[in-house]
Amino acid sequence: MASNNQHRTSLLVVDDEFVVRDSLSKWFRQDGYRVETAEDAASALRLMDKGPWDIVLLDIKMPGMGGLELQKRIKEIDPSATIIMITAFASVESAVQALKEGAFDYVTKPVDPDHLSHLVQNALRQKSLSKENIKLREQMSHLLTPDEIVGDSPEMKRVIELASSVAQTDTTVMIRGESGTGKELIARIIHANSPRKFFPIIAVNCGAVPEGLLESELFGHEKGAFTGAQYRRKGKFELADGGTIFLDEVGTISARMQVQLLRVIESKHFTRVGGSESIKSDFRVICATNRDLEQAVKEGSFREDLYYRLNVFTVSLPPLRERRSDIPALTQHFIRKYAQAMNKTVSGIDPSALDLLVRYPWPGNVRELENVIERAMVLATPPAIKPCDLPFQVVQAQPAANGDSLEAVERAHIIAILNRTNWNITRSAGILGIDRVTLYNKIAKYGLKRP
Amino acid sequence: MPPILLVPIPPLQPETLATLARGIVERFQIAVLTDGSKSIDPAPAYDASRNQYDSSLLLSILLRLHSAQNGKILAVTEVDLYIPVLTFVFGEAQLDGKAAIVSVRRLDERFYGLPEKSSLLEDRLLKEAIHELGHTFGLLHCRRFECVMHASTAVEEIDLKSSSFCPECARLLDQKNRMGENG
Ligand SMILES: [Zn+2]
Ligand SMILES: [Zn+2]
Repeated sequence: MASNNQHRTSLLVVDDEFVVRDSLSKWFRQDGYRVETAEDAASALRLMDKGPWDIVLLDIKMPGMGGLELQKRIKEIDPSATIIMITAFASVESAVQALKEGAFDYVTKPVDPDHLSHLVQNALRQKSLSKENIKLREQMSHLLTPDEIVGDSPEMKRVIELASSVAQTDTTVMIRGESGTGKELIARIIHANSPRKFFPIIAVNCGAVPEGLLESELFGHEKGAFTGAQYRRKGKFELADGGTIFLDEVGTISARMQVQLLRVIESKHFTRVGGSESIKSDFRVICATNRDLEQAVKEGSFREDLYYRLNVFTVSLPPLRERRSDIPALTQHFIRKYAQAMNKTVSGIDPSALDLLVRYPWPGNVRELENVIERAMVLATPPAIKPCDLPFQVVQAQPAANGDSLEAVERAHIIAILNRTNWNITRSAGILGIDRVTLYNKIAKYGLKRP
Repeated sequence: MPPILLVPIPPLQPETLATLARGIVERFQIAVLTDGSKSIDPAPAYDASRNQYDSSLLLSILLRLHSAQNGKILAVTEVDLYIPVLTFVFGEAQLDGKAAIVSVRRLDERFYGLPEKSSLLEDRLLKEAIHELGHTFGLLHCRRFECVMHASTAVEEIDLKSSSFCPECARLLDQKNRMGENG
């Protein structure tokens, strides 16, 4: 932040036009930079005493000593100054000359603010990346985790440990796990604990974007690239500059996109759809898949070179049924979440209902659990969720967890019906097609208790 | 705190201003007045060669007209804004000053040849309005990409941030407000 005065970025604007000096200095002061302006080469050289200037924006065409000559003088005084030339449309040739003589880049008046701002950021990043990384690393002694990460099971602790160890490197990470296990959350944790945390993490669900649109979604497009493209749009890789791109369901992309993906990951350069300008972006890749990529490589549907590019460091998320001990804490977390969102006073869950949740196999993992709780919170009457608030499927699926014997199925079915009728014996017996005495006998036989 | 004055600069849909007013009240906890009679004619700021309006000029006209106004002033318009050296701006603010202006023109999906999405437009406008008002309260750009004070030079970047201040910016804003009240 700008409050850190010792490292405050300094910027010198040299231009003979008052309005350029005035608007650029106002514009950059909002970034917290120290900005000074000079109307000609002589005053610019005088201001070199008040440097060092991280960035000098230099008008190429000024009365008296021009920008090219001034660039040479400035470089003599401070070889580390980053110079960005400002040109009018007519003087692009001299701008190219300036580049040959060591200018960082040039912009044409009037300047696209997006271009200027990213140019300056890139210049600054290049200057201070190493310093900055060390500083950030020192600040991050403990791992920040969002409160959605709930669970004390050894399996989950192991995942968090892995995520934290890889976060501060710039390594490509592949997150594997069934759908609904929270792969994106882990990606966000890795990003939030990395030196890139001030830059965005951009998530792309490769499986959800139609093949025809994925290319422009990832790389952006230029005006006129296709029907309806009346203006330039930035793609995900461009937005991820400085940050992280999270490619979810990476196993679903087509052979053609695999080639493009490999190219951009290797070169960090790409062009927008319908464009020719090479765009550079400095991103970290985190990807996720629930597919057997090794099998896909064997079958030839996933490129081996891309596979090795992506599969550098793997974090595997266990399915919820393999960390059942986390279910009570997760349940409580979601109850709190939805109680707040729905403004309801339901604050807990009956032990018998919790028991059902713990035993259910959860093919849809944490996401399914959250959906079940959200639905139950709608139905529940305070103070707690009861078995009858849980969807029938949860209850019915119970035999799978208990075995497939006829007795197990009968027991589960009786529980389900009793829960559905809120333990109304007459109605339950009616639904089951048995008399009340038989139902009482079965309740005693299976040791069922009213919740 | 004196209320924030919202000033429409035509053309502008009245609902746009009403929706925005509600959002600003929520974020700043300061009363918001919308007053169409305080409006100005943007014509003097028009540059025919660019087919755009000089936002700095609009700000200075606004300030001259409302020099007696106590609180912050936010002008909202549909015309396309620029500052002379840049191709466009979403808005402009006087840092630690009184007035700010935002344009909905480039926040509208239709500007990019895409179908209209009014809720997205409302979100973007609220973010940019709060951002520019933040500048008038003396806030600088923030590095946190989710923070409303993060600088955005493209709509895609506006969509990445939230309409809230990060804890650090919220603390600074609070500090500046308290200083403002004492002084
Ligand atoms: Zn700003
Ligand atoms: Zn902030």
